[in-house]
Amino acid sequence: MDNVQKKVELNVSAIKNGTVIDHIDSNYTFQVARILQVEEGNNKVLVGHNLESGNLGSKGIIKIENRRLTSEEVNKIALIAPEATLNIIKNFEVVEKTSVELPDTISRVVKCYNPKCVTNNQPIDTVFEIAGSRPPSLRCNYCERVMRGHEVILK
Amino acid sequence: MNYRFEKDHVVTIKDFTVDEMESIFELADEMIPIAEGEKKDDDLYGKLLTTLFYEPSTRTRLSFEGAMKRLGGRCIGFAKPGTSSAKKGETLADTIRVAAGYADVIVLRHHHEGAARLASKFSDVPVINAGDGANQHPTQTFLDLYTIQKTCGEIDNLKIGFIGDLRYSRTIHSLAEALSLFDLHKMYFISPEALKAPEYLLEELKEHEVQYHQFDKPDAILSELDVLYCTRIQEERFADRLEFEQVKSCYRIKKKLLEKCGAKESLKIMHPLPRVDELDTDIDSSQHAVYFQQAKNGVPVRQALLAMVLDKNFS
Repeated sequence: MDNVQKKVELNVSAIKNGTVIDHIDSNYTFQVARILQVEEGNNKVLVGHNLESGNLGSKGIIKIENRRLTSEEVNKIALIAPEATLNIIKNFEVVEKTSVELPDTISRVVKCYNPKCVTNNQPIDTVFEIAGSRPPSLRCNYCERVMRGHEVILK
Repeated sequence: MNYRFEKDHVVTIKDFTVDEMESIFELADEMIPIAEGEKKDDDLYGKLLTTLFYEPSTRTRLSFEGAMKRLGGRCIGFAKPGTSSAKKGETLADTIRVAAGYADVIVLRHHHEGAARLASKFSDVPVINAGDGANQHPTQTFLDLYTIQKTCGEIDNLKIGFIGDLRYSRTIHSLAEALSLFDLHKMYFISPEALKAPEYLLEELKEHEVQYHQFDKPDAILSELDVLYCTRIQEERFADRLEFEQVKSCYRIKKKLLEKCGAKESLKIMHPLPRVDELDTDIDSSQHAVYFQQAKNGVPVRQALLAMVLDKNFS
């Protein structure tokens, strides 16, 4: 590891308790940060961007102190950064490590891209079935349209 | 014969298997004398159907009401959204909950795609989709398939062409999807560039390993076809008036064209109706025209569906 990389690691390391989202595709680091609304609240947040990664080439990492992600947040991250991993930190130690995974159906967190879909015109939660995983594709349970990759609109 | 029907609602063609469709067609065959008034029947006596039509309709609404009444049932409902509480801002979910309290089955036509699915989640009586925007029109699909089967003898191995508004026509989207479940030879899509079949439909056909070809004119392919399914260019689906003007009279099927292109004697021409100028009246008296028969088949097919959703062990 060269000195520059060491320095980056130091800058984004060490939260006492909380969650580390690692292996985020660099193209989506700040989108994941927006999903987690990291700018709100007083928790310590560390964001690393364009870090070297063996598998991804370049990755992002986000560390948030004193926070566990909700299942809705995990689902959203799985849609845009399916390679991401979640590390739960307690007392500076990783106590749980998981990959984000798409459930069979996903509710509320995605908006249907079809403007004529009933979910965009009536007060009802969206429901999508996962039609494919890489890149994610979602079939609207109402209008039956399939959204692929970049067409997926998060709420 | 006993017909066991597992569905609570008729929302999308995707919910049906070929076997289920065939049992609908068998029951429709038995309904024909009742649909034509030759045999009296009161299997649905005491049952009430409500038609909630937020978009205009002639054939679908009349044939549902005719189907219900010929089976001894009765009908209530509205044919214009202006006469319903939607005008006062009532949500569709609330309208459905209320209507489900008044009737035994709901037939819904709505301009929003997925409206029938929404209705099925809020209704404790069966919901039948009579068209949801440009999405699905499953009862039209059943009667189209039934017509193909009755007039061609079978659905498998046919070469079927679709011409017209392939972009917005829910009738074509539903039918092409349903046909992909059968052992169909090939599908041909004929339309101007602006009205080509949507990518999602073509993707679905690929998933079902259906071979399809796209053309901008019918001339090159007419001689191959067993069935030509025409649709009207639907002015109401265009957001841009100029776009509609550019394509509105882009083709016209007439006797001369069929002769010039060497269409088969046995070619069947279908159309969900209403037509404007895409299908010349000189076809009406030819052996090719099956569109009025197709419209008539709406009654026995819808009778079969009503009987099945209202009586799970219909016999």
